[in-house]
Amino acid sequence: MLEVRNLHVFYGGIHALQGVSLSVPEGAVVTLLGANGAGKTTTLRAIMGLVRPREGTITLNGVSLIGKRPYEIVRLGLSMAPEGRRIFPDLTVLENLLLGAYARTDHDGIARDLSFVFSLFPRLKERERQRGGTLSGGEQQMLAVARALMAAPKILLLDEPSLGLAPVLITEMYRAFARLKEEGRTILLVEQNARAALSLADHGYVLETGRIVAEGPAAELRESDLVRKAYLGV
Amino acid sequence: MATYLQQLLNGVTLGSLYALIAIGYTMVYGILRLINFAHGDVFMWAGYWVFFLVVLFHLPWWMAALCAVALTALMGVAIERVAYRPLREAPRISLLITAIGVSFLLENLIIVLPWAGGRQKPYPTPAFMTQIYQAGNVRIQGVTIWVPLIAAACLLGLIFLVYRTKVGRAMRAIATDTETTALMGADINRVISYTFLVGSALAAVGGILWGCRYPRLQWDLGIMPGWRAFTAAVIGGIGNIVGAMLGGFLLGLAEILIVAFLPGLSGFRDALIFAILIFFLLFRPTGLLGKPLKEKV
Ligand SMILES: Nc1ncnc2c1ncn2[C@@H]1O[C@H](COP(=O)(O)OP(=O)(O)OP(=O)(O)O)[C@@H](O)[C@H]1O
Ligand SMILES: [Mg+2]
Repeated sequence: MLEVRNLHVFYGGIHALQGVSLSVPEGAVVTLLGANGAGKTTTLRAIMGLVRPREGTITLNGVSLIGKRPYEIVRLGLSMAPEGRRIFPDLTVLENLLLGAYARTDHDGIARDLSFVFSLFPRLKERERQRGGTLSGGEQQMLAVARALMAAPKILLLDEPSLGLAPVLITEMYRAFARLKEEGRTILLVEQNARAALSLADHGYVLETGRIVAEGPAAELRESDLVRKAYLGV
Repeated sequence: MATYLQQLLNGVTLGSLYALIAIGYTMVYGILRLINFAHGDVFMWAGYWVFFLVVLFHLPWWMAALCAVALTALMGVAIERVAYRPLREAPRISLLITAIGVSFLLENLIIVLPWAGGRQKPYPTPAFMTQIYQAGNVRIQGVTIWVPLIAAACLLGLIFLVYRTKVGRAMRAIATDTETTALMGADINRVISYTFLVGSALAAVGGILWGCRYPRLQWDLGIMPGWRAFTAAVIGGIGNIVGAMLGGFLLGLAEILIVAFLPGLSGFRDALIFAILIFFLLFRPTGLLGKPLKEKV
């Protein structure tokens, strides 16, 4: 269980997060929705230890993550597919994936997870020896997700995995997420694509200019006026 | 023919020394975007470590050499830890000035240390390096054989480390994206320490072998080889490890061949090397093998 309470983050004078609270229970898929600049990425970056909150708490199963360095947080069981994919262009697909498992020493487990992510994204298997930079945008996103899975995280953080993808690829991506959910994996999914996210998630939060303005079970959020108007365009 | 072969071997010898030093410049630049001005002095210190250990502690030469590699490598790690790491988030220029400061410190330490002194010291060269081998009418000195062999072994080891091990993967990853490498669960500080360890160890091997070829120790002996190796790194494409090796060999060969066959120009050799450096920086800053290095994220 990941718990974020009353999180405040500043960039210089900009008050980017103004008291964000959310929780991700074990086995659940939770989505965090919001428009451009709402603070979604900042929330994930604070959880991963990439920005330091001025106030608030972040705990994973009761252990505080505040002040921990990113590699320590990965070792505690979180991993993230960052915004913009951020794959290593000069490394091969396989090397990217193995880097995802950097903190692990269980070679059997790594081999098992490698064949798992290849079954999840067969295109990656075909391109195993290719440099990451030669992949298409969709394939790079698959690689980013697969690489995060290679850490065998307790909770997987995804930052706008559908951004910039063709509809058919978004469908493919979400099919993979559905499979992860079936397996009982815990996911915190950041999206602007509310339709896709809410159809997958159990629970959702809506973030606007640094504050949570709505939350609830995904089915309820989908019916709420706020979400229908602002995010589903109906 | 014989002189030609001999000069070729001399060029390879010198080139392999430059290659060993150039690696450290290029690896550190790739990761920190820092021209580590202290690197040539780290190289110089390796020779002095051998001198201290042999002359003051009477260690056998090979043992002194091994200890010198270890001590120099730790020195490189310590320099990063103490002088560069606190400036990780500072503007590049502060880091650059600090590197120059470290360089002066390392040189001046040698000048004031009682056993090193300001005066030249003879480098303890082992017999197998000075021995002459005769093959037909080609006479070859031990250094000419051993230096390229040892250098080649080290460079192969480096390639294995960088391209076939986990920490090597992280080193290559950091060179393009530090933050994402941290997100992979890698302790960035550790990976950077490893980089300095490896770069300084190779410079140490270079320094120890350099002493066998030019057996005089003096506080400033690292400066010119440092500049030449840096030039080699730029020729090969700064940040590119294979490029640094290539640049080192090319520069060493060019230098020896010019001195041997155009002796009239040999007085200009430092000027020529700086001209090459400036030429590359102006017209081909990415070097022979380098791709344009993006601003790091
Ligand atoms: N490094 C930074 N320096 C200054 N301001 C920043 C920085 N990163 C983000 N911000 C600001 O913080 C606010 C939240 O940004 P954030 O990237 O978290 O939004 P987001 O919800 O992820 O948006 P998007 O959907 O565009 O990815 C924005 O106003 C943004 O301009
Ligand atoms: Mg974002």
